[in-house]
This record gives sequence, C-alpha cells and structure tokens, in this order.
Amino acid sequence: MIDSSTNIATAPEKVEGWNRPPVIEPESELLEVAMGPHHPSTHGVFRMDVALDGEKVIRLKPVFGYLHRNHEQLAQGMSYLGSMPYTDRLDYICSLTNNWAYALAVEKLVGQQVPERAEYLRVISAELTRVVNHSSAIGFLAQEMGCSGTPLMYAFREREKILDLFEALTGSRMMCNYMRFGGCRVDASPAWLEGARTVVASLPKFAGEFERLLCSNEILMARCQGVGILRPELAVNAGVTGPMLRASGVNYDIRKVDHYGIYDRFKFRVPLGDHWDVYDRFMVRLLEMRESIGILEQALKDIPPGPVMDAKARIRGFRPKPGEAYGRIEGPKGELGFYLISDGTSNPYRYRVRPPSLINLTILEDMCIGQNLADVVLIFGSVDIVLGEVDR
Amino acid sequence: MEEIKAAIEAAVPGAGVEIVPNPSPSGQHSLRLEPAHAVAVAKFLRDDAELQLDFLSNATGVDYLDKEIAEKVKVTRTVMKTVDDVETPVEETVEEARKRVEPGYLEAVYHLFSVAHKHGPVVLRMRTGNRSDRVELPSLTPIWRSAEFQEREIFDLFGIVFTGHPDLRRLLMWEGFKDHPMRRDYVEPDDFEYEPTAHDEVLARSEAHRARIEAQEGTGL
Repeated sequence: MIDSSTNIATAPEKVEGWNRPPVIEPESELLEVAMGPHHPSTHGVFRMDVALDGEKVIRLKPVFGYLHRNHEQLAQGMSYLGSMPYTDRLDYICSLTNNWAYALAVEKLVGQQVPERAEYLRVISAELTRVVNHSSAIGFLAQEMGCSGTPLMYAFREREKILDLFEALTGSRMMCNYMRFGGCRVDASPAWLEGARTVVASLPKFAGEFERLLCSNEILMARCQGVGILRPELAVNAGVTGPMLRASGVNYDIRKVDHYGIYDRFKFRVPLGDHWDVYDRFMVRLLEMRESIGILEQALKDIPPGPVMDAKARIRGFRPKPGEAYGRIEGPKGELGFYLISDGTSNPYRYRVRPPSLINLTILEDMCIGQNLADVVLIFGSVDIVLGEVDR
Repeated sequence: MEEIKAAIEAAVPGAGVEIVPNPSPSGQHSLRLEPAHAVAVAKFLRDDAELQLDFLSNATGVDYLDKEIAEKVKVTRTVMKTVDDVETPVEETVEEARKRVEPGYLEAVYHLFSVAHKHGPVVLRMRTGNRSDRVELPSLTPIWRSAEFQEREIFDLFGIVFTGHPDLRRLLMWEGFKDHPMRRDYVEPDDFEYEPTAHDEVLARSEAHRARIEAQEGTGL
C-alpha cells in the first residue's frame, strides 16, 4: 500500500505546515553514501544514507532496526517484574536510570509509596549513572574528532571506579537490575556508602582535569563551535529532550519540572547553552556532571537509615488494577518514559518505552544539512545515543 | 480535563471530544478525539496561550482485539400452541444464549506536555474503525515534528496508516516485511531452519514447517 523503499535521491513530498528539514539545491551531481551499519562512529549498528554534493550534505536519512528485538512485545508476554532485567539492556550504559523509570511508571500505576532511604539510594545511583554517561559521551565525542583514546580513557578510568561501586551494590557492573516496585532490591552497607563518598570526593578533581584537557583545546573548538546548530523552537517541536534540549537554551529539566523522587530537596542548577551548537552540547554535559557531583555530595550526606522496600509492596501475585500510567524521569540522554496499560492480569496489556535516543535523532537531518560530511560524525556524536534503546 | 474539553469545544465546533476516565491511582485521564477533527484540535492545543502544549513527548499504538461476548438475551416470540384442541398463538419468553463479536480497533495514544508552562501530561487518543481495512488516522506530524519517527514506528509495528505523514515508511522492520509485530495476534514467521533437537516442541514445529513448505511447493507458490 505504501512503497517503503528508501530513495534519498528524491526529496520527500511537501506537506503543508510540516516543520520539514531545509532543502538545498545541489550544485553538482549527487553522490549517495551509506554510512554504516558498521561505521566506527555509529556506536553500534546504525546507518545513515547521505546524499552529498561534494563534501556538503544535501539529504540524510537515518535507517534503524538492526538491533530490533521487539522489547515491548517481549515485556507484554511476561510479568511486570519479569521485564525489569530487560530494561537494563535498553540503554546499557545507564541501566540504573532505566530501572528507575520503569519502577516509577509501575509505582504510578498502582499508587505505590517508596521509603525514604530507597529514594536516596535511587538518587545516588542515578546521579552516578549520569556522571558515567556524560563523561563517556564526551570521551566518545573526542574520539570521533580523531583524538584517539586519551579523553575516552580518562572518562573510562572514572567510569571503572563507579562501575566497581555498582558491582558492590547490585552485583553487576552494567546490568544492575536494582530497583523494585516500592524500593530497591538490597540495602547499601555503611562501607559502601563510605566507598561512594571517597569516589565522589575524587570526582571534582576529575571534572576539573577533564575541563582543562578539553574545553579550550584548539582543535575541539574549531571543530565544534558553530557546527550542528539546533534552534530552540525546532528542538521543542521535535521532542528533543535532555542535554540536547538544554544546549539549545530551553530550560526544561524533568528533575525540576516533575520533582519526581526527592529531587526538590537538592540544590542544583540547570546549565543552558546559548549558541545551540555541538560545543554547547559538550559544555552542557560537562556542567551537568558538576551539578550531579553536587547532588551526590548532598545525598550521601543526608541519607537516612531505614528500610529500602515498602512493607506493603507486593512482589508475588502482583496484579495492578485496570488502568494506565505514564511515568518519566530525566535520564542522562533525555526524557525516558514508560507507558503502561494494565487489564488486571499479571502481565502488562501494553508496555511502551519512550526512547530518548530515538526521538533525539528526529532532527539529525536538520542539523546535518549544509554541513560537511566529516561534521556529520561529530553532530551525530553530540546527540549521544545508544542503539540498544533506539531499536529496542 | 473538563476545562480542556470545554476549551476545545469552544474553539473547534463539533470536535466531539470525549473524556476517557482512568481508574488507576495515576489519575491520568485522557481525551478521545474524532479523527476527522484531530488535526484542528491538535493545532488548537499547541497554539492556545493558556494550554500551549508545545511538546509531544510520547506517541504510541495500542491494539484491541475483536472481543467475543457471550450473553443471554431474553427473547419474546409467538408460538402456536394447542390449547383445548384449538391452535392459538401464545407469547412466551425464552432465554437464548447468543454470541456477538465486538469489533476490535487500533488506538493511537499521544502524551502532551508544555515546555512553556511546565504542565502535563494531557493524553489524547484516537481510534481506527477496525483492525483490517479502516486503519487510517490523521497524522499529527505536521503539528509536532516529534511524531515523525514515532508514527512511523506505529505504522510499522501496529499497522495504523497515518494520512498526511510526510514520509511514512517502516522504521524498525525491513522494507518488504509483511506483518505488524506489535499486534496482539501476531504470530512469529515460520521461516526458521530447525536443528535436530531433543525438544519435542521444537521438533513438532519443525515438522509442521516442513509440511507447510512442501504443501506450498506443491501449489507452486
């Protein structure tokens, strides 16, 4: 009924009022290049079909689905708790925030309370995840600029310390499977909290080092400034969230807007960009890392004793009453949401992940058109995606 | 909710908005739109100064299967009966078990937020006529660009055809793929090469598969 062939040589039909990507008239014959699915910059298996006029990008169509496993249908075939470990595999760098978003959505669905200490542990693990994600994202961005290894290894050195903490707390470095509906799976020991304080105390030094290494680097500035500009109106209209949106100067942080968990207790600022380019996205991530370290210091100081699971939480025979809920958190990559419909049985009737990585790619074409092919790699790197979440 | 409904009905006459209550503690009730007026309503929701729902966060599909409802209906009918050797019509009430099929439908669900006023979510839903040949819904991509990939995904996985979408192609499955994998009655394609195995279940599938392939070859498919 609809021809689904990818033909990037022809522009998509004009629909009135559509916020469409800009159209440039090529000066010479077009060259079509398939970047990917095994291009080193794609962080996995992802393809961009690019139409080039010399070095200039005229059109760009992302092609998805190489990692598609129908996560949603799988989750609908098992119990609510059963898909908690699978959420780890969505964005495999940030498994703890994925857990939190899913737990939050189910808690909204059944009206479940979470004890104080568990909320603190959630904030601590989520902010550690944010530090891991942002430092790796910056490392990968530098890597894509041709800076082979050094900044990425700086980031991975710190990531290693944090992953050791995750392993001590949850038993696994990356696939943590830590949160439950109504709390967290295990409590943190005093020794773990002490270890976390030591790691967090060393993080500001790392952030300073990272900033000195990169911020005023001549090549980084030359490559990133003024490249891949995303206007704020378009960013909001295209549903871009997270550091991408804030780098476009829109003050929208779900931690501040929804006050989910206990985020209203912590003092932190929301960094915003004012040039809307790749450099701003890089800078916003660096500054957010600083703010996360601030939240971690406050949370580790205030964490109260107490249980980590709500006594009324049901584990066995968990059957939410019919209804639906949409829960969302500020994930490191953007708004991570889960939409659940219950029909009263032990499996969700509808389970939907709102993947920030996929939706942030909506405007990839708009940012790349008119830029050089070499900059496409950078612009794509500045979006910060994980293919496990894009394709689900 | 009531206020939003009233505002929509004042702005778009005959919009036919219906509130769908949500019994869960989340309290996220939704508005069901008439597909014919959906684009006008969406434009109003985005541009209204008070609502300004400029951010479409989540768009997804839901599949509701055909439901077979068994019910008992009281039927009154006239029966000829012989009373005192004379045939006379007598009315009697009989309980009859009937089955009727309530047609299923596909539903598109949109979660809207406002970045400007920091409120939300407002949930919109639209239903298709059925699950097979009346699956068109108006696309909201011209209003919110973030629906572009998400509507493509719904088209791919559920089979809702969005009219007015600028670039409606499959998103996750490959071109030429036939079915819609997120539908509740989706059956995995029978195209595996089964290894010899000790699992009876897999062996049975393997034999069924081989039989089907042979039957297909027989018919020249």
